[in-house]
Amino acid sequence: MGDVFVLVEHRRGELREVTLEMLGKGRELAEQTGGSLKAVLLGHGVDAFAGELANQAREVLVIEDERLENFNSELYQKVLASLLTERKPTLTLIGHTACGMDLAPGLAAELNLPLATDCIGFEFEDGSLLAIREMYGGKLRAKVSFRESKQYMATVRQAAFPLKEIEPLRGQIVALDSPLAEEAKRKKFIEYVEAAVGDVDITQSEIIVAVGRGIKEQENLEIVEKLAGAVGGVLAGSRPVIDSGWLPPDRQVGQSGKTVKPKLYIAVGISGASQHLAGMKASDTIVAINKDPNAPIFNVATYGIVDDLFKVVPALTEQLSGS
Amino acid sequence: MDTVVCVKHVPETAEADIVIRGDERGIEEKDLTFDINEADNYAIEEALLWKEKFGGSITVITVGPEDANMTVRMCMAKGADKAIRLDDERFEGSDSYAIAKILHAALKDMEFDVVLTGIQASDDGHGQVGPILAQLLGIPHAAYVIETEIVEEGKLARVHRELEGGLHDVVEIELPAVLTIQTGINEPRYASILGIRKATKKEIALSGLDDLGLQEAEVGEAGSKTRLEKLFLPPVGERAQILEGSPQEVSAELIGLLKDKGVI
Repeated sequence: MGDVFVLVEHRRGELREVTLEMLGKGRELAEQTGGSLKAVLLGHGVDAFAGELANQAREVLVIEDERLENFNSELYQKVLASLLTERKPTLTLIGHTACGMDLAPGLAAELNLPLATDCIGFEFEDGSLLAIREMYGGKLRAKVSFRESKQYMATVRQAAFPLKEIEPLRGQIVALDSPLAEEAKRKKFIEYVEAAVGDVDITQSEIIVAVGRGIKEQENLEIVEKLAGAVGGVLAGSRPVIDSGWLPPDRQVGQSGKTVKPKLYIAVGISGASQHLAGMKASDTIVAINKDPNAPIFNVATYGIVDDLFKVVPALTEQLSGS
Repeated sequence: MDTVVCVKHVPETAEADIVIRGDERGIEEKDLTFDINEADNYAIEEALLWKEKFGGSITVITVGPEDANMTVRMCMAKGADKAIRLDDERFEGSDSYAIAKILHAALKDMEFDVVLTGIQASDDGHGQVGPILAQLLGIPHAAYVIETEIVEEGKLARVHRELEGGLHDVVEIELPAVLTIQTGINEPRYASILGIRKATKKEIALSGLDDLGLQEAEVGEAGSKTRLEKLFLPPVGERAQILEGSPQEVSAELIGLLKDKGVI
């Protein structure tokens, strides 16, 4: 088998962490395929990254073009379709991110490549590549095989492959000509818009009480608010609570919201989808209250209470207030 | 403004027990309730908001068994005008690529301004069908859309895509296009009783492999590029210390543990 390519993801002058995670995993996979690990860097004014990436890959393929300054899937697809057709890596890894997922499915379809998305593991079985991914909100995992092909593609979940201390590779930086002949025609990047800043910055709180789908109705939020008051914490929520408009967006914990590391995180009625776990699993002490014993949140929690939150939360609040 | 919304009828598993099927390639469905995929529900709402503003029509389309009529009818009860269900036993085993091909066969000769889908399905979570469909239709797409503005009907939309950490990027995209809709973009309405009553009488057009002009080799496992080999339970890691007893007992124990640790 041949090379492993990793598409470098960067934004506003910073490398995104998923890039380094993919390079770490890509290095292991390249050792197994007997190929070479190459980082593919598309952008404008990205020389600073190239040096850093050269420590992590055998080669850094750099395509410098001012039209590639900000991510645009139309242009990225053009450049990568040309590069992958010419260089034929066995496996191309792309981040499972808002940018990666705007790009990979269309690119794979154009090149007629098998694609597995949101992968959290890779295995070789009898020389064939298999991907491991989650289904049903993390309650099950699936082993996925690819149709026999010369090239494969996968998108890789953020934080699925923790960074390890590794020996630098001192790879070569190779500048390639941009294959772009013209501006983007059908899709134009306009600008970035920052999230609105609210009254409370939950990332600064030492105690967070977070509420999820299990709360069922907006009026029920009150019992969790009381718990937050009793324990001296701030109230936050998982995506379904924010989507329903029951808490403002700046209270969202998870990949598309805030990443928090409080001393104490109490998760109430939160099942623990990976996007939520990504935003809170580094908390010091995690308490999970959920009636489903199989909820993934119990895999990251320090203490778990498997019971009806509508019974446990008031009892806990009462005892905290009395103590 | 004519909008097509692709929806999926999915099992609700967030709070249900899931049992892996004997062949390890699916789950037991008999005790599960099914509903519209959550992100698709937001996509339908976005289409309804456009229809209220610009007029035009909404066509809802799904690939799925007869049970999926329930989801399709609920979309019609809310205001979708036409419905198409694509079903054939030979579709069984289709991956995202094959599903996109089936949808493409149904949509390729239709007139529309926008195709909407949810960003991903809550069951398999691939997130692929929308962008692949756009590729097959030869039109642009934007994924993870959290805000839309139709700048010029039939010509141009300006959308916000939800990046990580609360950041958005704003993209202008030519129409027709495929947009994959993120949850939270709007507030999905409930269907009215009258709407539901009317929808029960509406026709859902049904098409199979031959009606779509597809070959057997293009769909199902034969037409797919990936195959789910085996489902399994996640490895049990360092599970939480589970506190047992009545709500009062577990509360007292938890407070003691947290005090010992010095967290409260």
